Amino acid sequence: MAGIISYGAYIPLWRLARDTIAGAWGSASIGGERSVANNDEDTVTMASEAAIDCLAGLEREKVDALYFASTTSPYKEKECSTLVATAADLRTEIITADFGNSLRAATAAFRAALDAVASGSASQVLVTASDCRIGYPRSNYEQTFGDAAAALLIGNTAKSAVMVEGSYSLSNELYDVWRLDKDIYVQSWEDRFIIEHGYTENMERAVSALMRKQALSIQDITKAVLYAPTARAQQGLARRLGLDVKTQLQDLLIDNVGITGCAHALLMLVAVLEQAKAGDKILVASYGSGCDAFLLRVTEKIEESRRDGRGVNGYLNSRRPLSDYARYLSYRGLLEPQPGEPFRLFPAATTSWRERNWAIRMHGSKCNNCGTVTFPVERVCYNCRSKDDFEEVRLSDKKARVFTYTLDNLAGRSDDPTVPQIGVEFDFRNARAYLLMTDCAPNEVKVDMPVEMTFRRLYEGAGMYNYFWKSRPIR
Amino acid sequence: MESIKDKVAIVGMGCTRFGERWDAGLDDLVIEAAYETYEDAGIDPGDIQACWYGSVTQPVVGIGCTHLAGPLKLHGIPMTRVENWCITGHEALRNACFGIACGMYDLVLALGVEKLKDTGFPGLGTGRGMSTVLEARRTAPGSFGMIATRYFHTYGLSPEEGKRAIAKIAVKNHYNGSLCPKSHFRNRITLEQVLNAPIIAWPLGLFDCCGNSDGSAAAILVPANQARKYRDDPVYIKGIGAAHAALLPQNRPGFDWLHFEEVMNASRQAYEQAGVKNPRKQIDLAEVHDCFTSTELLLYELLGFSPEGRAREDIDSGFFELGGGLPVNSDGGLKCFGHPVGASGLRMTYEVYKQLQGKAESPERQLRDVRLGISQTFGGPPQVSAVAVLGKELGYP
Repeated sequence: MAGIISYGAYIPLWRLARDTIAGAWGSASIGGERSVANNDEDTVTMASEAAIDCLAGLEREKVDALYFASTTSPYKEKECSTLVATAADLRTEIITADFGNSLRAATAAFRAALDAVASGSASQVLVTASDCRIGYPRSNYEQTFGDAAAALLIGNTAKSAVMVEGSYSLSNELYDVWRLDKDIYVQSWEDRFIIEHGYTENMERAVSALMRKQALSIQDITKAVLYAPTARAQQGLARRLGLDVKTQLQDLLIDNVGITGCAHALLMLVAVLEQAKAGDKILVASYGSGCDAFLLRVTEKIEESRRDGRGVNGYLNSRRPLSDYARYLSYRGLLEPQPGEPFRLFPAATTSWRERNWAIRMHGSKCNNCGTVTFPVERVCYNCRSKDDFEEVRLSDKKARVFTYTLDNLAGRSDDPTVPQIGVEFDFRNARAYLLMTDCAPNEVKVDMPVEMTFRRLYEGAGMYNYFWKSRPIR
Repeated sequence: MESIKDKVAIVGMGCTRFGERWDAGLDDLVIEAAYETYEDAGIDPGDIQACWYGSVTQPVVGIGCTHLAGPLKLHGIPMTRVENWCITGHEALRNACFGIACGMYDLVLALGVEKLKDTGFPGLGTGRGMSTVLEARRTAPGSFGMIATRYFHTYGLSPEEGKRAIAKIAVKNHYNGSLCPKSHFRNRITLEQVLNAPIIAWPLGLFDCCGNSDGSAAAILVPANQARKYRDDPVYIKGIGAAHAALLPQNRPGFDWLHFEEVMNASRQAYEQAGVKNPRKQIDLAEVHDCFTSTELLLYELLGFSPEGRAREDIDSGFFELGGGLPVNSDGGLKCFGHPVGASGLRMTYEVYKQLQGKAESPERQLRDVRLGISQTFGGPPQVSAVAVLGKELGYP
């Protein structure tokens, strides 16, 4: 049977206090704060971050498949799992698949990964889940939603930190929350109906069935990861299931992140695994037009799975307040900022394809003759002019520092008018790159400041999104 | 390798008024510069045997020399458009020199022009050049601001000290520009104004940045031994160098962001050809590429005017002012006269040419005892530089 080898997460740096949202509308605040993806982030970039977090310290060559689950994929047609796999610098001979359209997309991907490993069609599958759903301005969802991504690496039991002991699914045709193909905002039916006959009824049925199937009682569960649209719905369900809310129920992360769509069940699971001990039994249940429930058992390998990834805890503690509601609207594209100076060179499918190894994988070239490393890839060595005698080296995982910088006020968009342009030097053979800095306070940029690489959406042009790497202060 | 020294003479030059020339299109600017040049050289356009035409941004996709031949009604002769970032004007001059020096032609036109103010935004824009992602938000002030940051850091200047040093360059160039009827900006400014101006690209403020201007400048070149047929005070090419660096500074492994080899190599070539051994002493005036005040600061050192890291002392002593030991940018420079990219190398050369002839438009600005001057450009992200050494006496230095 298959299990979880490693886990990772990503939570954007920016947090918007719900009082700020409520204050903008003169409405009631539910308190706490929610995560907000930056204006250069989307579900692909967040999934890439979570994937890289999950793979910290592991051999990326061993991954045989990457799944991407989201209800807010940046493309309706174009596979995003390939893009995430490329940004994560995985092999090209892998299985990729996108899962979408459902809040259960991530658990569907998780199940597919377990099945792929169990059947032997792949030995390691990386499941990524990422969402950036938008609630109507002034709606409850605007306050309760958050943006985040999570990733699980699925492999065979011999190496697993977590074994999947059983699962149960059911489907339920119901309009509770939905979006039409042309919708920006999540629509929903009346709360009392959808919580009672949608969420609570189906989650209870599925979890109870799983418990029976595994011959367990609810008291055997160490921690229950119950997806829920609200804290109240979650606690109501927990009580009906007979869970002790104080000890057995995993925190919904609503106070500090928000409900992060299909990524949320996995995000909560990652938070549990960060604290888990060998022998723990974990219940995971996700909801969306039905329910997927899993029973997990933590093994002694859990300690080995704790490497230098940041996970939920690391990213939760790395935060900056987003000062105002208008900026949130603008980051989500709901208010159109004045664009920066126009881009003279638009993306072309041909150039993006030719440049994918350095632009998406962030490969530099390392000269076989003299060892000089340059970015982007240079066919003729800058130092010794050796021609076509180099190996590609990954720079996205290398630490770097600010060698020189400027804070440009000419080119930025009106919601982020100051653009830190950075000449970085990698802690790797003095390789250099010119990168914008994101997720920072521009006035804190200094020479010699340590930075790390982050995959971002640069701009839209020629009908495509154009992705590249930026630098950011170490999170 | 032979030297170009004393083989080619400039016998006529022209330069438009620089600035926001809402009134003039590209063709009007070309006509304005060319006809002043014809008149200065005392030639008829029919005498021109070949042309080199420099223009960078207009139109975005090159269309050869259509905008030179058309407005000037030149026909039946070879014309070449050159483009090489901010050294484009110098490249027109340099290639024209070779047309004369090899004996192929007896009279050629070099003309540079730029019409920047038809784009609808200030500055040169972003995302130019090589890649859809690498330069996505790169701007000119940003790239040169990165040089200033590193200069301050390397020589231990606090931002305040550094900004004060470069602010003095802005004050100087505005003063010089105020004496120039053709200059884009003719206002004098104070140190406080410079220091309090809004930031464009930290650490560069508004007054650290050059004018974004329309303009054109041109020269007529002939073999040195025929120069006296045209005028009594020709100006001779003593040396002309140009150099490119292999990579953008942003990508050069281990680069210190101060020793720009393109500038050092271009000036070494030009100085060697001219016989300049001590630029600080031998050069009487210099027009240098002050696209940003911090660039001028670094160029004082790279061109051999000041010791490394010590240009501030010369700024403080007034060495580069009109009455100083080596006046720099006596016409206001790019900073004030303006920077229509393709025209700038020729505009700088125009100032040196006029100063050597004793014909600077305003007597207040005319330098005394000038025998040797240079014009210098530095362009790209940056990556390329050109230097021309000019003199009024054959055989000197």
